[in-house]
This record gives sequence, C-alpha cells and structure tokens, in this order.
Amino acid sequence: MDLTNLAAIELGRWIKKGEVSVREAVAAQLAAIKEKDKIYHCYITVLEEEALVRADEVQEGIRSGKYTSPIAGVPIAVKDNICTRGVRTTCASKILENFVPPYSAAVVEKLWQAGAVLIGKANMDEFAMGSTTETSYFGATKNPWDISRIPGGSSGGAAAAVAAGEAYAAIGSDTGGSVRQPSAHCGVTGIKPTYGVVSRYGLIAYASSLDQIGPIARNVSDCAAVLEVISGNDNRDSTSAPQRQYHYQEAIKNGIKGMKIGIPADYFSDGLDKNVRDSVLFAAQLLREKGAVVEEFKQKTAEYAIPAYYVIACAEASSNLSRYDGVKYGYRAPEKDLGELYKRTRSEGFGEEAKRRIMVGTFVLSSGYYEAYYNKALKVRAVIKKEFENAFSNYDILLGPTAPTTAPKLGESLQDPLKMYLGDIYTVAVNLAGLPAISVPCGLDQNGLPIGMQLIGRPFGESDIIRAAYNFEQAYRFSARYNIQNKKEHIENI
Amino acid sequence: MDISDKTIDNIAKLAKLFLNEEEKQKAKKDISKILGYIDTMNKLDTSDIEPVSQALLAVNVFREDIVTNGDSRKELLSSAPVKKDGCFIVPKTVQ
Repeated sequence: MDLTNLAAIELGRWIKKGEVSVREAVAAQLAAIKEKDKIYHCYITVLEEEALVRADEVQEGIRSGKYTSPIAGVPIAVKDNICTRGVRTTCASKILENFVPPYSAAVVEKLWQAGAVLIGKANMDEFAMGSTTETSYFGATKNPWDISRIPGGSSGGAAAAVAAGEAYAAIGSDTGGSVRQPSAHCGVTGIKPTYGVVSRYGLIAYASSLDQIGPIARNVSDCAAVLEVISGNDNRDSTSAPQRQYHYQEAIKNGIKGMKIGIPADYFSDGLDKNVRDSVLFAAQLLREKGAVVEEFKQKTAEYAIPAYYVIACAEASSNLSRYDGVKYGYRAPEKDLGELYKRTRSEGFGEEAKRRIMVGTFVLSSGYYEAYYNKALKVRAVIKKEFENAFSNYDILLGPTAPTTAPKLGESLQDPLKMYLGDIYTVAVNLAGLPAISVPCGLDQNGLPIGMQLIGRPFGESDIIRAAYNFEQAYRFSARYNIQNKKEHIENI
Repeated sequence: MDISDKTIDNIAKLAKLFLNEEEKQKAKKDISKILGYIDTMNKLDTSDIEPVSQALLAVNVFREDIVTNGDSRKELLSSAPVKKDGCFIVPKTVQ
C-alpha cells in the first residue's frame, strides 16, 4: 500500500505501534514529492537531507518517551512565510530569495517539540498577497484536481501538497481567507483559529491585526490534532491570548444535537455558483438530520467586508513591508546613493501585486485621505464585528460557502485584481472580527472540482466548529466518495 | 475616485518605489478602480461608530526590560547583502 495516502494521526499511530519506522514514512514522502512536485510545484524548498536526519532522531525520541504527540514522526509542510532557522524562508518573493532566518517561528518550535518532521517550505502568493498562488516569484502551484486551475491562495502550495499526497498536513497563514479558500479549492480541511490562539512569532507579517496561523490537513481530526500542537500562549507575540493550552481533540467526540446553526441569507445571493450553493445547502440538511437546529438569518454588512478588508490589509502591509530596504537582509539593487538604493531595491525586489497593495495602503494612510479611507474602514470593521456578536447571541456557529466558485483557471485572476479580491467575499469578515472558522469539503461541481463550506465560530469557539465539521465529515464522507485519482468517474456520476 | 499623476508620484515617493511611465499609468488605472470599489463603504452609515483597530479587545502587554537573547551579530550579519568589519554597509550619505 501507499503510505502517503494515510491520514496524519493514522500514520502517527502506525509509527507508535512500530509498524512503520519514521525513516520509512519520511522516505516515502520524499519519493512522492520527487515524483509529483514537478507537476504541481507545491514546494519552494524540500528538506531532503534534513528530514532523513530528523527521522532517526524522532524515532529515538519516540522510543525514549521524549515525543508522545499524535503527530510524532509525521512529515509536515510549512508555508514559506514562516521562519525556519537555518532554512531559507522566501515569502515567495525575490526580495527574500536568499533570506535564511536566524531563528525559528514559535509554531516551528512547537512542531519540533511534538516530534513532527518538517518536510519542506510550501509555495504561496508573494507575501501572502493573492488568492491564487500565481503571484509567487517561484512560479504558480497547480491544483492537483485539475492542473489547468489554480489551487487557491495564498497558502496554495500548502493545501495542494496535502491534497496531492506531498505532505500529511501543512501549516498555513490566513489574513483574509488564505488557509480556508485554498483548502476549499483543493478538497482538504483548513482552520483559521481565533486571533491570538496561535503565536505569530516568526511569521513574516502581512497585516498584523488580521494575520493568524492555522493547520491544513486531510480531515477534521488531523486538523484538530495539529492545532492542539501549535496553539497556546507565547509572550513573544503581544497579541497572544493568555490560555497556555487548548484541547480540541476532545471536541470531536460529541454529537451536535440541539446545536444552533445560523445561515446568513445574503451569503447565498447573486454571484454564488449554483453547484456551490446546492452543496452547501445539502450540507445544512445533513447537519439538520444529525440533530442541529439550522435556520437562515439576515446579515446586512456582507458587501462592506471586502472594501474594509482591503483598506486595512493594505494599510498595514505598507507599514510592515517598509522594512525591506536592501540593507540588513534580502535582495539589494546596486546603487551609489542611499535613497536610490531603497527605491531600486524595492521596485526590483517586490512583485506587481505586492507593489499595488503597498501603494493602496500608502494612499489610504496619506494626509488628506486617512479619515475618508482608513478611519472609515476601522468603523466599518466595528459594525461588522458587532453584527457577528449579535448573530452569536442567537447561534452557536454560522454556516456558509468558503468561496463563491470552485477553482478558476490559471491566469484568469491575474488580468483583473479586483475580480480576484471579490473571491474573498465569504472569508475576509471572519478576519476583521477575529473569529475562528473551518473550511470542510462538501462536494464536487460539474467539472469534478472540490467545493468547500465554511463554519464560523464565536471567539475561542474552535471546539464548536471542529465538532460540527467532524459530525458533517462522518455523515458525508467526502474522501471515501471522491479522490483525485478517480476524478473522471466522479464527473460521469455527478 | 480618479488618481492624478501628482498623487501617484506622491504615493511612489512615500512608499519608496520607482515607477516607470508605463507602470505609473497602470498603477493609476488599477488603484482608481480599486478605490472606486472601496467607496461602496460610504453607503454604510458609521456616524455614531467608534473605530476599532483590533478584532478582540487588546490590552497593553508589559514585560520587564531584561535582555533575554544573546549576541547574534554573526548570524544577523550572515544575511546582509554587503557587510564589513561586523557592520552593515550602505552607500555614503554625507559628503
């Protein structure tokens, strides 16, 4: 059998029982990457030698009792905007092409302490700015379900790697949907935790009031296990929530009888693909059959989420990315004058989308426009946050689509940035309000492409969305129904 | 809203970006279009609303001012594009 088809904690169990050695698992994973990554391009860097050395160390650690977590020995990918000491971390940008961080991110340390094996650094949109993974300086990742299509983004390499059997699980980051949307497009599960649950120490900043790190995996249980490992307080991130440890794996054991689920009616208005709509409503029906109380309600602010998001995200990005000046690390243009050095370095080092967002952000913060754009967006954010608070006084969780369509063709979104931004319509509000949300696969469209649904929880309500997602997964059995290998068959049956 | 050449020049100057004529015209077009869409925010009445810059109530986080990291000069300099005698090198700034 092919080891790389196992789920992450399933592999963890096999390793613990001694049925597979960590070295065998890692070697199988590396072989799969070697075979498949020339097609999909999920990785910027593959840690071939390091992973094999680490495999032996983890094997010994499991024997001695040093590593006891469910993911001990499991190969995991990390998005390339998360710092790894001694391993190149590029943010998929020319400006950081040769950057080797002197320290590791908190999540990398936690994975290490749990005995996970870091297998590679996953491709992404440059500085996490994009929804397609096409803005990567290192070239686009392809969707394993259909290589003429994008995998979503910005954590597109991470989601595609999990879908293609090039990683058992992956760590992504989500500023406006960057874990959930690629998870939906690649038929895998991804969680964007509550703001503050996972430390961002060592995450290269894009928009600091929105950024959050989250897991991507082949099922809900794997996601819960990885999130349990990477979450918890860290005093090196001043926005870190105080709780030291979270227990999410417990959550999946219970049913959802009596759980109140709200469906925002305006998420189902114009612009939503019919296949996506039908699949999500079918999912709602399944949850009802499992005992949940599901009802529609009105939310009035959906159309303001994207404008407010782009103002805030670009403003924060323009500030965060001002550090790239060609002096202390990264790309440097040859110039004899310091002012020109800064300008040339940044103009040559950043790609088009990064520059566009830096300029929009600079504009909305500039004198004369701050009040009308930036401050207005902060007020809209307050209204959106309040509307979610009201919704959660009536419902335990909210249910809707993750993205309005399935994965577009490669190249389509690059022509029109605004059109690409509109694809984030269901995901950005969650970041503005700091809420947790999970994307779970809930069907295929007429082209055989995966559809994802999103469950949104109240602040620190990860257990609720994990429980609902697990109950749905068990009832629907997406991965038993569909897999990438039998794609043709599915289309004939849909 | 329409962006003038003067505004684009000012944004580029503030953002420390060099734009050639072609890039400038494209940026003008793209940013005008994006801002035009962003203007839909104005339909929402926010006259009595206090702006929020953090999603969940943030409080100031304090710690003792104690150095916890060691000397990492060598590691930090290892990523520098140009360095000399343990320092970062930049072009001459004073005549």
